[in-house]
Amino acid sequence: MDLLRFITAGSVDDGKSTLIGRLLYDSKNILIDQLEALEKSTKNRTDGSVDLALLTDGLRAEREQGITIDVAYRYFTTPKRKFIIADAPGHVQYTRNMITGASNASLIIVLVDARQGVVEQTRRHSIIASLLKIPHVVVAINKMDLVEYSQDVFNNIVIDYAEVAKQLGLKNVTYIPISALNGDNIVDKSEIIDWYDGKPLLEFLEEVDTAHDIDLDNARFQVQFVIRPQTEELHDYRGYAGKIISGIYKKGDKVKVLPAGLETSISKLEVGGREVEEVFAPQAAVIQLADDIDISRGDAIVKTEDTPVVSNELEVLLCWLDDKPLQAGNKYYLQHNSRLVRAVVKSIEYKLDVNTLQQQPVEGGVKLNEVVKATIKTASPLVYDPYDQFVVNGSAILVDETSNSTVAAVLLQ
Amino acid sequence: MSKYHLDYLEQLETESIHIFREVAAQFERPALLFSGGKDSITMVHLAKKAFAPGKIPFPLVHIDTGHNFPEALEFRDWLAKEVNATLVVRKVEDTIKQKNLTEPKGKFPSRNWLQTYTLLDTIEEFKFDACIGGARRDEEKARAKERIFSVRDEFGQWNPKLQRPELWNIYNGRIHKGENVRVFPISNWTELDIWNYIRKENIDLPSIYFAHERQVIEHEGQLVAISEFVQPDANDVVLTRQVRYRTVGDMTCTAAVESAAANLDEVINEIIATRISERGETRIDDKVTEAAMEDRKKNGYF
Repeated sequence: MDLLRFITAGSVDDGKSTLIGRLLYDSKNILIDQLEALEKSTKNRTDGSVDLALLTDGLRAEREQGITIDVAYRYFTTPKRKFIIADAPGHVQYTRNMITGASNASLIIVLVDARQGVVEQTRRHSIIASLLKIPHVVVAINKMDLVEYSQDVFNNIVIDYAEVAKQLGLKNVTYIPISALNGDNIVDKSEIIDWYDGKPLLEFLEEVDTAHDIDLDNARFQVQFVIRPQTEELHDYRGYAGKIISGIYKKGDKVKVLPAGLETSISKLEVGGREVEEVFAPQAAVIQLADDIDISRGDAIVKTEDTPVVSNELEVLLCWLDDKPLQAGNKYYLQHNSRLVRAVVKSIEYKLDVNTLQQQPVEGGVKLNEVVKATIKTASPLVYDPYDQFVVNGSAILVDETSNSTVAAVLLQ
Repeated sequence: MSKYHLDYLEQLETESIHIFREVAAQFERPALLFSGGKDSITMVHLAKKAFAPGKIPFPLVHIDTGHNFPEALEFRDWLAKEVNATLVVRKVEDTIKQKNLTEPKGKFPSRNWLQTYTLLDTIEEFKFDACIGGARRDEEKARAKERIFSVRDEFGQWNPKLQRPELWNIYNGRIHKGENVRVFPISNWTELDIWNYIRKENIDLPSIYFAHERQVIEHEGQLVAISEFVQPDANDVVLTRQVRYRTVGDMTCTAAVESAAANLDEVINEIIATRISERGETRIDDKVTEAAMEDRKKNGYF
């Protein structure tokens, strides 16, 4: 059994919470006492039905206002897969939460209200999906019951969205007509929507092939923590602990330590205290090297024949996530996996309109939820790959030196 | 399936180990909050794997309410020795005396709220800048919204509206003096994941997780063990039942479930079959208000 992380995105009334509630409910992942609590809070409703949306509304503040203010994580399991849902709110002002939820997702469900079709929010969510390179997109056209399950309505939305997908370069797009409220095409194939010959949503989620989402060809590793027991038996032990970002490392491999550029080879590999012959992404491993080299947290160990970019002048796309605007010339910390370096935003080239993808001039500072093309200079070089080729080694964050907040998502170009 | 493939438990394990290592590297004085339950025992196992062959580079801290199961305390002491970790124990009893706090009354007096005082004092005493906790997001609605690195102010308070965006697998642990971070490495595990992992890794647990005979009374449909902290009233019928515990908290606010499950396979089968959530079945204190956990977290609770 494997694991699939996905995110759901939709506008305020697209029925996103109902959809998630339905997935949990119909796949029997809601337990009796949770259901009782739900029924209790639905008691005041006149129609007597259970409001599935309440299953996902977490905080009291949200229930009072009937909105979702932050990303919530939900879990359910079927015999085929474990699922982690990042439930991100649809409001314009919470784009930063969507980026948080989307950054770890292998799949996005874009919810479209069949009555509304493709709207500004749909476009915005899809642009974020394309910027973050989410590998799989499901367009769930919801509330089919309110358009009399019309195939024409569905087809027209598919045509409209295909245009958006083409413009954004989104691949692997799947369209499913659903009614979250009535359970059509969620777990079981809808009998009413007989003109649809694809899979219901859950079956699609169970079967979508994610094995190729992890890169096993290019080996990347960054040192997180140096293990030095300094005990009598392990006097000279020096192990570099970290996650295999991508690729495969074998005992004996010739490697290069970057940014210093020193060459050596792998003498020993361990996973969880057990010696192994090879390690692969995304395992958490410990690497020992044949030579005694000065290595610290944030240094990269790569194979000699295949090296990433090493530079301190970075072309980036920045998604600004803070209330305090960004001004060119501001200094920050840049964190790339475990490597933390001082950085200055040298120049801001243009702003990307997240509705049209058009480049626009930047006037004044860069505000919350804006995406800009910028140049960053770091105090010491970064070892990375362009985000488009290599998500896990091409992503970073900016941290405000004074507030310590995470202020930007950085996509290295 | 290619041999370069991790199943879901291995993926969860990898993520947790990565988080443990980030904590050890980013903070000066981290601590692992150890409750004695299966989740914190699993965390100790993960921490051991994260830093092997070195020892776990932070102490295990137990906030002892004084209402613990003796089996859990015995196990705690054994485990700390077994993994060669430093164990720090601070007692709620002492805080109550020092601060002149009012003990909760009633038949099932829960010191759950009072733990927060002892925890915050302990954080201050040792200047802990990161406290690793075993909360899981599937447990409860408020927990479903908390980040893996959760920044708390000097009063230990969680502000759900001001959470830092947590992107990719990059964890920003930078804080101001006086603040601390609560870190939840098993956020993405469910109860069943924990049990399956315990079975896969052959992790030892205190005996009370398995079926044993115990004298209990029935309270609102839940079975509560008779102990020095919970005494039967005149109206109570004392029953002898075969029970096990699904969670291990205080003897005053943890209910037992009737069970004949004597080993991990049997426990897991029962959990798969059960249709009641972990907190709902076994925590007497969580039913008080629907927003109970949200309130406690905002006040500095784990």
